[in-house]
Amino acid sequence: MATFKDFRNSVKPNWCPGCGDFSVQAAIQRAAANVGIEPHELAVVAGIGCSGRIAGYINSYGFHGIHGRALPIAQGLKMANRDLNVIASGGDGDGFAIGMAHTVHAIRRNIDITYVVMDNQIYGLTKGQTSPRSAKGFITKSTPEGAIEPSLKPLEVALSSGATFVAQGFSTDIKELTALIEAGIQHKGFSFINVFSPCVTYNKVNTYEWFKEHLTKLSDIEGYDSSNRELAMQTVMEKEGLVTGIIYQDTETKSYQEKIPGFAEAPLNSLDMNLSEDQFNQLVKEFM
Amino acid sequence: MLHQLSWKVGGQQGEGIESTGEIFSMAMNRLGYHLYGYRHFSSRIKGGHTNNKITVRPTEVRSIADDLDILVAFDQETIEVNYKELTEKSIILADAKFEPVKPEDSKAPLFVVPFTEIATELGTSLMKNMVAIGATSALLNLETSVFQGVVEEIFGRKGEEVVQKNMDAIQKGYDAMSELLGDRVGEWELAPADGKRRMFMIGNDAVALGAIAAGSRFMAAYPITPASEIMEYMIKKLPKLGGAVIQTEDEIAAATMAIGANYGGVRAFTASAGPGLSLMMEAIGLSGMTEQPLVIFDTQRGGPSTGLPTKQEQSDLMAMLYGTHGEIPKVVIAPSTLEEAFFDTIQAFNIAEELQLPVIVITDLQLALGKQTTDPFDYSKIQVRRGKLVDREIEPNDNKDYFKRYENTEDGISPRVFPGTPNGIHHVTGVEHDETGKPSEAAGNRNTQMDKRFRKLENLNFDTPIYVNAPHEEADVLLVGFNSTRGAIEEAQERLNEEGLKVNHAHARLIFPFPSSEMAPLVASAKKVIVVENNKTGQLANIMKMNVGGHDKIVSLTKYDGTPFLPGELKTKVKELLD
Repeated sequence: MATFKDFRNSVKPNWCPGCGDFSVQAAIQRAAANVGIEPHELAVVAGIGCSGRIAGYINSYGFHGIHGRALPIAQGLKMANRDLNVIASGGDGDGFAIGMAHTVHAIRRNIDITYVVMDNQIYGLTKGQTSPRSAKGFITKSTPEGAIEPSLKPLEVALSSGATFVAQGFSTDIKELTALIEAGIQHKGFSFINVFSPCVTYNKVNTYEWFKEHLTKLSDIEGYDSSNRELAMQTVMEKEGLVTGIIYQDTETKSYQEKIPGFAEAPLNSLDMNLSEDQFNQLVKEFM
Repeated sequence: MLHQLSWKVGGQQGEGIESTGEIFSMAMNRLGYHLYGYRHFSSRIKGGHTNNKITVRPTEVRSIADDLDILVAFDQETIEVNYKELTEKSIILADAKFEPVKPEDSKAPLFVVPFTEIATELGTSLMKNMVAIGATSALLNLETSVFQGVVEEIFGRKGEEVVQKNMDAIQKGYDAMSELLGDRVGEWELAPADGKRRMFMIGNDAVALGAIAAGSRFMAAYPITPASEIMEYMIKKLPKLGGAVIQTEDEIAAATMAIGANYGGVRAFTASAGPGLSLMMEAIGLSGMTEQPLVIFDTQRGGPSTGLPTKQEQSDLMAMLYGTHGEIPKVVIAPSTLEEAFFDTIQAFNIAEELQLPVIVITDLQLALGKQTTDPFDYSKIQVRRGKLVDREIEPNDNKDYFKRYENTEDGISPRVFPGTPNGIHHVTGVEHDETGKPSEAAGNRNTQMDKRFRKLENLNFDTPIYVNAPHEEADVLLVGFNSTRGAIEEAQERLNEEGLKVNHAHARLIFPFPSSEMAPLVASAKKVIVVENNKTGQLANIMKMNVGGHDKIVSLTKYDGTPFLPGELKTKVKELLD
């Protein structure tokens, strides 16, 4: 059986020393090993930005696509091969700005993949502009007087879009994060995991210390029930999104693949592509 | 006795005009006639003038007819909009309900038939269309029984009574018309057909059937005119084959999802029109750069922007050739008949996998939505070729080096392996990369990979890149076109040749890479080259000049008012250009 070391490759990440993304990468590698899959049974599809490079840093099939489009590529891949484990990943700009439409619709659609967002509330690779996740008043190169738009609330968006799995982690807590990603991979449907992954170079406000001070673990809230969507929404709103753990999970709703009429149980890429002469003639006859 | 009948029914959208045309056509198809239909419609659901013009012949019909023999009108607007197409030998059939008025300069007589009244007497005014079909069959001297089978097929599930009522309506229409016609009975009788059954379909059907025959089992698409029928057909058929269609949030998702599915090893595609193609440009670049196969259909319509969404145009050519930033190899195919649409779709899927690049199949609204007859496609000609798929077991390597998915091979085509394959792990990225897919910006590697990607095009093996009908060794003029102008050009060519001119015809089926070596001798042997196209700027003419020269003899014959070329119109314009 593969260990997390088998999911390491020889590529040296070009992230800044101290970047939160290192821990996210490690958590994905550990989670993959923990669920008992082999490197070739995993595909990581990523977007563009610092975090997007993650697809190249894990020893698995990796697809580093276009800015904002990791989710449609990942969903297409899963449709072609339902036996494959597919993790999509990217940053907050990728998933909540340019790719926001895909995020909401991937959540609604509920194809069985896992989406890990590395949320650092800033645009890093383009060297420090505001993100939809930047807090109001946040000073960046593109908002020298402070951001005037309110910050987007991904957990509330996910919950109101019909998500069947919503979790949030913090990159420092690799143990919790690994467990969340494991649960996400095992969830039958779309699993959305937002991860606070601090940018040590451009975000001097939402630092490791800041998160440690502000985050609440859901496991510390007495009576929290992750199968209760109303409670999840209420808690997320009360805590202004600053919680970690499995926020909501619906284990009853079937995944998209299980709902599509006639969808093959074997991977599509294994089906016979040729029509028999009878099959073809039948189709032709319908036009006569 | 007529050797061609041109029949048109018109009224307000939502009144059943389309189904009237459909029922008439289906019956004629079953008698063995060849058909070519063209619908005029607007981008709205109810209201607005719509018409369905159907050209019927006992022999092959390739184009919409110049004139109109019978105009069936359900409102005055239909008469006003269409009467100029009528000749002295034509006839207008109009519903008494709207108190039709014959325009002063109409060459054709007006016959008023109480379509609505007869239908209402039979139970519902909805059947006025069937009364009109009955009146038509009287004009054609056709027994109403020829409609029995079609009516049963369409209304059968509503019960025998509904079938009978509709047949009664047809009969009443027939009777009323016969009475009105008096001694003119038989004037519009059509020469008999061979009784052979043919397929009767729109270009979008041919394309969708082609995709299924090519083994595609996944489609991602966003609804748009005039492409949606492709998706709708796939939604009907794919579940029966285990596959699926996803209606995405936009065309960006559609194209990138198709890329993801191709990467996963299933033949996947998307279909759209100009506005959707504009959104797919980044995906086309990704497909080219990552060497993932991708097939896209562009059913061209009037542009730019929202343009003329329900009208004929061929103005996406340059965008399809050059669209997406940077440089990638790609293939652009332009079928012009139903048969070509079917087989070129199969070619497109084969080429996309063999050369591992994006293939764009362009059609146009006239081909995409025009309903035509064609002989059944030949099953034995269907071939699925997937190129360099790795079908052997891959040896593990100890130092964790990735599989060389982008190996710099002699022909530029690298081995392809799907995710899930043991020891096949490699990286895929839109960033410039090395042979294993890992990002590399080194100058030497850039040249190697860029040259490798473009070298693939040298392996392109496209069956019949140009349709040629060149009876003359030395021609006065070579007519060139692409997509649905083919039939009108063929008919114009025929008529001009009969008048003694020497006219050759070349119809480009492969647009990129342009088949220069096949086109050059045709240009060389003509005194003048007229490039016929439905756009303003003469895009194909410019592509011809870029690839085969001939600047001194290439002239453009363009039309961009949203209506298709007609053979007579083309003939006149070609003669003008030759003067």
